[in-house]
Amino acid sequence: MALLDIEDLEVTFRTSSGQFRAVDGVSLHVDAGEVLAIVGESGSGKSVAMLAVMGLLPWTAQVSARRMAFEGRDLLGLTARERRKIIGKDIAMIFQEPTSSLNPCFTVGFQITEALRTHLGLDHRACQTRAAELLQLVGIPAPEQRLKAFPHQLSGGMNQRVMIAIAIACNPKLLIADEPTTALDVTIQAQILELLVKLQADTGMGLVLITHSMGVVAETARRVSVQYAGQKVEEQTVADLFRDPRHPYTAALLAALPERAVGRRLPSIPGVVPGQFDRPPGCLFAPRCALATPLCHTTPPPRREGALCHYPLHDGIAQGHPGRKETAA
Amino acid sequence: MFRFLLKRLALTIPTFIALMFITFVMIRLVPGDPIEVRKGERGISPERLAQLRHEMGLDQPVWKQFLDYANGLLHGDFGTSIISKAPVLHEFLTLFPATLELTLSAMIFAIVLGIPAGVIAASRRGGVYDQTLMGLALTGYSMPIFWWGLILILLMSNTLGLTPVSGRVDLIKFYYEPVTGFMLIDSLLSGQKGAFLDAVHHLILPMIVLGTVPLAVIARMTRSSMLEVLEEDYVRTARAKGLSWARVVGIHALRNALIPVVTVIGLQVGGLLAGAVLTETIFSWPGVGKWLIESINRRDYPALQGGIMLIAGIVIVVNLLVDMLYGLINPRIRHAK
Repeated sequence: MALLDIEDLEVTFRTSSGQFRAVDGVSLHVDAGEVLAIVGESGSGKSVAMLAVMGLLPWTAQVSARRMAFEGRDLLGLTARERRKIIGKDIAMIFQEPTSSLNPCFTVGFQITEALRTHLGLDHRACQTRAAELLQLVGIPAPEQRLKAFPHQLSGGMNQRVMIAIAIACNPKLLIADEPTTALDVTIQAQILELLVKLQADTGMGLVLITHSMGVVAETARRVSVQYAGQKVEEQTVADLFRDPRHPYTAALLAALPERAVGRRLPSIPGVVPGQFDRPPGCLFAPRCALATPLCHTTPPPRREGALCHYPLHDGIAQGHPGRKETAA
Repeated sequence: MFRFLLKRLALTIPTFIALMFITFVMIRLVPGDPIEVRKGERGISPERLAQLRHEMGLDQPVWKQFLDYANGLLHGDFGTSIISKAPVLHEFLTLFPATLELTLSAMIFAIVLGIPAGVIAASRRGGVYDQTLMGLALTGYSMPIFWWGLILILLMSNTLGLTPVSGRVDLIKFYYEPVTGFMLIDSLLSGQKGAFLDAVHHLILPMIVLGTVPLAVIARMTRSSMLEVLEEDYVRTARAKGLSWARVVGIHALRNALIPVVTVIGLQVGGLLAGAVLTETIFSWPGVGKWLIESINRRDYPALQGGIMLIAGIVIVVNLLVDMLYGLINPRIRHAK
């Protein structure tokens, strides 16, 4: 049985100018001990989908799904109180901006022990010991002294380690990391990723890694799901995805990796993700796709060979494409 | 911390000098002087008027009077009341506990109701509670003190007969020597049965009247500060820990939201003492506010001047204390010093 099982998740925000669908029919599953990466540009609904799992969306959001279950337990049917017993304990999440994600008015120690007291009911002394142990585990030197520090006294990288310590405090079965390295220095990024992968391997928890960097995906994940404008456009194992991307969007993302650049200019994907008002009637990627045909612009694509595309790629060749056979990438 | 305190205190010296000068001149710009006011309709002979003025030094040029006063002040002498012939400082200290009791209860009333009201309004944003509470706050903020006081007296005392109209305690039923000057404490110390309840009874209306404006300001400030804080990332983190809504709002959000509220509370102290002047007059509350109004009517220059200086000093010191209180709430400031 999958740890996290989501089918046809839809999240809609009520805004003053109408409804905005941020997540549109996303399905995914995570098994115990597995690392799943979710990749996509800003605005592709990666974070929103995971916040929906946590129940952390603002009240303007409407969440519906054919199925959203954790360990076989339906998350949508839970009351707020029942859900609070799961989140923070069995499912934990870390966020993009470590420094603003920690409360500036409380010590690091207080913020770590809070989860321990709430979910495990440990007494003060046990909490302190466990908190110091956790800081040690995430690689913070002199943990006993650090417990008394406030977030503004620590660096961004240290704060992200503290966030990780809070998240793993209750030995969660699933950890959701929402762009955990985006706000950090490049050298620190690598350390944090390494730490996450190591903790995942040691504890056997499931890890969902939300990122917009294909480089991060290659280093950490086993399986990868590519999202675009709230839709899952493709899902494959990392090795297969890098070797043989099926969706033109994935191919374009891979082509944009600086390491693969040939020539003097770095390649990029022209245009931006469609917003609330310019959502195309057909394939959402069509306006930016080099392979788009009139069919793509008018008709939503079917899911073929694991990709949401009228003409999925196979070894770089668009299957059934009427015009050019070569890829844009 | 100590150096910071000294620096802040030194900065208040120019404020004091300016305040002293402005009040000194303005008091003397008001038509009539202490003797003219007292002479009544019978009149006074010009020779006697000149003699009395000379005795009080009122025939001197204003700048000379000012320098004399400033010199006395530097030696800790606030002057002597023209009417009662008692030292101004002594009169002030005798009456101040009554004012302090009134303003403190009004402030506690405002904080105890205002902060929860703001929190409830913020966590039910746009709902019935929010709109009702904020509508009430706006109404409270807009009501002039004297009008609100009279309406409450009319309703509670006149029509319903629930509360006494004036004073601090029923002097026919209870009498005891002041010990602390706080009627609530003294009534308990006196051991007389019912005295404490009677004192509370007398305090309720003036407390509500004086506390209404700060209550409205604190409630609105708490609401807006809370709304801002609830959008912060760390509130999301607190929710992601699976904490109860009460804990997320009451501990994680409120602690941060209180920082601007504390500033506003400090700023209210000045307004509160000004409001006390009106409230004490309406309710015949024997505090420094009522004393100041009487001093104006009698043109009791030394009492008026001294009272204003002392009240200004209290406002300045309270604001200084509030500044230091930030550090307790906000660790970022504590460590920056």
